[in-house]
Amino acid sequence: MLTFEHVSKVYDGNRIAVADFNLEVEAGEFIVLIGPSGCGKTTTLKMVNRLIEPTSGAIYLNGKDIREQNPVALRRHIGYVIQQIALFPNMTIAQNVDVVPRLLGWPAERRRQRVRELLELVGMDPDEYADRYPSELSGGQQQRIGVLRALAAEPPLILMDEPFGALDPITRENLQEELKALQAKLHKTILFVTHDMDEALKLADRIVVMKDGHIVQVAAPEELLRHPANEFVASFIGKERLAPGLELRTVEQVMIGEPVTVRPHTGVAEGVATMRRKKVDTLLVTDEAGRLLGSVSIEELNRNYQRAHQVQDLMARDVPVVFEGTPAREAFDLITRERLEYLPVIDKEGRLKGLVTRTSMVNALASVVWGDEASA
Amino acid sequence: MLSWTEFLAAKGSSILSATGEHLLLSLGAVLMGTLIAVPLGILLARHQRAASVVLGISSTIQTIPSLAFFGFILPFLGIGIVPAMTVLFLYSILPILRNTYTGIREVNPAYLEAGIGMGMNRRQLLTWIQFPLAFPVIMSGIRVSTVYIISWATLSALIGAGGLGDPILAGIHTYDAKLIMAGALPAALLALLASWSLGFVERAVTPRGLRQR
Repeated sequence: MLTFEHVSKVYDGNRIAVADFNLEVEAGEFIVLIGPSGCGKTTTLKMVNRLIEPTSGAIYLNGKDIREQNPVALRRHIGYVIQQIALFPNMTIAQNVDVVPRLLGWPAERRRQRVRELLELVGMDPDEYADRYPSELSGGQQQRIGVLRALAAEPPLILMDEPFGALDPITRENLQEELKALQAKLHKTILFVTHDMDEALKLADRIVVMKDGHIVQVAAPEELLRHPANEFVASFIGKERLAPGLELRTVEQVMIGEPVTVRPHTGVAEGVATMRRKKVDTLLVTDEAGRLLGSVSIEELNRNYQRAHQVQDLMARDVPVVFEGTPAREAFDLITRERLEYLPVIDKEGRLKGLVTRTSMVNALASVVWGDEASA
Repeated sequence: MLSWTEFLAAKGSSILSATGEHLLLSLGAVLMGTLIAVPLGILLARHQRAASVVLGISSTIQTIPSLAFFGFILPFLGIGIVPAMTVLFLYSILPILRNTYTGIREVNPAYLEAGIGMGMNRRQLLTWIQFPLAFPVIMSGIRVSTVYIISWATLSALIGAGGLGDPILAGIHTYDAKLIMAGALPAALLALLASWSLGFVERAVTPRGLRQR
């Protein structure tokens, strides 16, 4: 979709900003350019919408050389988000989001519709926010609008130049999550510049590590962590990330393999006996195929001992679960946030695979701190 | 000596018409100054080198004592409304020109980058972003200009342009304090009124998003 061919940028005849940059970006790919300041990542980004013209080489968008297109027209079909956010302070939120559709001369009704649609997309009530001014919004809300503004005219490609760099850490994480969700929904091709490795690992399909204008490595986050191309990449990633810590583990690696289960028709008395025998205070209820139906706790059994005959009469059906392959960290976050005692892990067919408990959380954390031997 | 009531009965209507003349003279000069200085300021904001030259010239004009300037212009344009307005017009340019230039230049470059990156051409950049953002600064230039042009317009009575300078000059010649006051007070009031109403206009047409800063 986007192709860089031997792209170079040299300033004043000698300072090399970007040297022989080659990259093929697939449609729908999330590419993160990362490197220390002055590595040429922003220059590379800005050559795509011709804010900077390359000294040599060519960039093709959908097979067409961008130099042969009118830069103003080209830019209207490429979304652009910058670190300074720069919502126009003289325009309302609606007017800001509407800029590119207006430049493109969309009919008024379609534009109005589009603004509402976009605000709703990020959960901002159009009736409440459309007529506000940027100065009346928080930084995080402003950059949400900044992203919407880039999405407005439905460009297939979006350039983002450290869009979350100026936000506080919590807001930044929220926006990263939202961006990822948006990307999953809208399948945009995104070229994203950052110097924050966590951000890159979280968002990218592929990470392009740059140094002194050169590409050092292009790899998927997992690949980058496992096989950093050289010492520079390794040090840039940071030692703590290279040790496969919590970030990389999935719930399978931390869960308890064989949780105590009962069938729905199991009698209440038998259930209590099983709990006593196995020293647990919760039973997971599964059907014959091993699919998770619900759970029942010791309190529940004790309280309703007289009234019910089978565990299925007492079990809670809407138990929070996670799927196999979920990063362990997400499961831990969920447990902490929702104050859960445990979190069943199921596969795509709904079969119970294991159980993440507070104990598994502590063990996993211990293994990060003291190494794997400690938790074994 | 006449009492104030007798004085007003005798001179009231001529003071009133002098006030009208005065207002017309000053506002006409400022209006012309605005029409020239705002576009020129916008143009200069794009051309750095020309800017320093033009702003230099404009500042130099400003340093010529106004009394002397009326004298200079006399051989070329004679006396009356036209030379008076010309001088006042030239004086009115600098604050408006400087504020327009500064206002446009000081628009945060991030807004320009965002605008250009989104595909605005130069005209759209100017009318959608630069001008609205510079507007309060330009308005305050116009306001400053108006206030002092109203006060300097009293001098144009020297070259026969009328206005509130007439009663002041007459008062000076005849040692008549009332007559001086009759010219000076309305002139001061006009200046205050102009400053106040332009300030009102400025606030009224500034978008809410800019007002809070």
